[in-house]
Amino acid sequence: MRKKNGHPVSDSFPDKVFNVTITIITFIFIILCAYPLIYVVSASFSDPMDIFAGKVWLLPSSPTLKGYKTVLDYPDVWIGYGNSVFYTVFGTLINVFMTVLAAYPLSRKDLKYRKPIIMLFTFTMLFNAGMIPNYLLVRDLHLLNTRWALLIPGAISVYNMIIVRTFFMSNIPDELLESARLDGCSDFRFLLNIVLPLSGAVIAVITLYYAVGHWNQYFNAVLYLTDKNTYPLQVFLRNILLENSINDLSAGSVANESERTYLNELLKYSLIVVASAPLLAVYPFIQKYFVKGVMIGAVKG
Amino acid sequence: MSKSNGIDTEDIVATGKSKKKRNGFLNEMHINWQLYVMLILPVAYLLIFAYGPMLGIQIAFKDYKMAEGIWGSKWIGFDHFIRFFKSMQFPLVMKNTLFLSLYNLLISTPMALFLAVCVNYLTNAKYKKTVQMITYAPHFISVVIMVAIMNQMLATRTGIVNNIIELLGFTRIEFLGKAQYFRHLYVWSGVWQEAGWNSIIYISALAGIDPQIHEAAIVDGATKIRRIFSIDLPSIMPTFIILMIMNVGRIMNVGFTKVFAMQNTLNKTYSEVIETYVYNITFTSGLPNYSYTTAIGLFNSVIGVILITVVNGLSRKLTESSLW
Repeated sequence: MRKKNGHPVSDSFPDKVFNVTITIITFIFIILCAYPLIYVVSASFSDPMDIFAGKVWLLPSSPTLKGYKTVLDYPDVWIGYGNSVFYTVFGTLINVFMTVLAAYPLSRKDLKYRKPIIMLFTFTMLFNAGMIPNYLLVRDLHLLNTRWALLIPGAISVYNMIIVRTFFMSNIPDELLESARLDGCSDFRFLLNIVLPLSGAVIAVITLYYAVGHWNQYFNAVLYLTDKNTYPLQVFLRNILLENSINDLSAGSVANESERTYLNELLKYSLIVVASAPLLAVYPFIQKYFVKGVMIGAVKG
Repeated sequence: MSKSNGIDTEDIVATGKSKKKRNGFLNEMHINWQLYVMLILPVAYLLIFAYGPMLGIQIAFKDYKMAEGIWGSKWIGFDHFIRFFKSMQFPLVMKNTLFLSLYNLLISTPMALFLAVCVNYLTNAKYKKTVQMITYAPHFISVVIMVAIMNQMLATRTGIVNNIIELLGFTRIEFLGKAQYFRHLYVWSGVWQEAGWNSIIYISALAGIDPQIHEAAIVDGATKIRRIFSIDLPSIMPTFIILMIMNVGRIMNVGFTKVFAMQNTLNKTYSEVIETYVYNITFTSGLPNYSYTTAIGLFNSVIGVILITVVNGLSRKLTESSLW
């Protein structure tokens, strides 16, 4: 961010061509990334007939809230929302707690058995037992079809643990520990009262990483859960959008088949927007934390 | 650990000086017991939920019966592996797995690098920020939503992409109905979603290059293109190689959840990869053979570990950048 490569005073001719070219290329990237999102939002507010007729290009055509009304009247959407909020809040709390608890001792250079314990962690990044042994373990622990199945397995992401550990190692000066010890401060108190207040940035980063992970998670739910009342939103979305059970959603609201076909199309767009709205709404404000996480993680991956 | 001056605080910082070398283990526990207490929960978690399943791997070599349990079932050696290698599905899922991974590897990392180089030379700070903000955004969309958006945009009759194709005078393309498009959809939707995000690491590596090198090159009259090839790319090679190694290690785990979300009966001949195969034959059958599917999963993991070890070793020899 700090660099000033360009010498605007006198760019040579090839450099001018170059500048124009990269501006065009990056502009194409912007369009390609943003257009599908804009289109989905516009379509979700449009009249279903117009979507079918291909009249929606950039802005909503004959705006209507019909799609949203039907989607928000559908109880499963609310069940899913509630569950997703639950998994995200509690899952993230567990994640952050466990991650800090692992990262701090392992950041201490004076911990004698640090190396073998770190090996224990990093080996799991290299080798994974696979889906079935994991499934059998969850089954044998009687976690299948309980909410714990989405909270406990995956309580620590080793990658995030390394990010936090790296941050501790480079941002908590040894002198601080020395002087705290002289004052008789225990390791627990040092972590709680001195390390954590100094580590807001990295805690924010991993909190966001974990939270997004929970909000977007669907496969573990498909694997471990069978009771509809415990499904997170993504599973309902998958069933409705990808497994084509969209008719459940439109069932009550229209009488004849053809009208329903039109409405279904609209409902898909509205549903996509409803499900991604929370994340995309806060995205501009939290984006810098994610980027920070990549930078910290890159130091020692 | 060792204290420099003689201030005696005896309790927490039991200096190893006074009673040196009585017992390494006990001494360490005496000094750092609180740190080990902190580690109890995380390590217990790790042993149960990461290493526990590794014990379960033994059923790949056993005839697993639920009544007899993981430990009680009979050993049968490599039968499950041999059965998998001989099965009709083996060449198909191997081919699909490797093809998808390699295709993805060859496209997605270079695309991220390409974007990073472009962004790095943007001179207008505000525009640069905008580009970054917008290209990172798709990363945060869930797999399910991403696939749903793709299905909507590419639908043959109603999709906007086909509307545009028709407007340009071509005939509509059945992107979703024809199996052979699956690979391209998988890889390029990945580029759409991750190119921006993956470029972050290169952008920061590029920003870390000593500006004096660039200044010297400018004095010598080097164009920007020239500077890219002579300064930027060589400088970020180590980063690029490390990321490539990590990706090679993941060759056997294609973005499984995305493949799974995109999979349907029409595209299965191209979309069935090892992991979806494991899922499908385990959970769509009334009488799942857990031993057999564990064996397939283990085969997958082992190939992954071998690949990453080999590539890492090669890279350490040839380029001096490696993961370990």
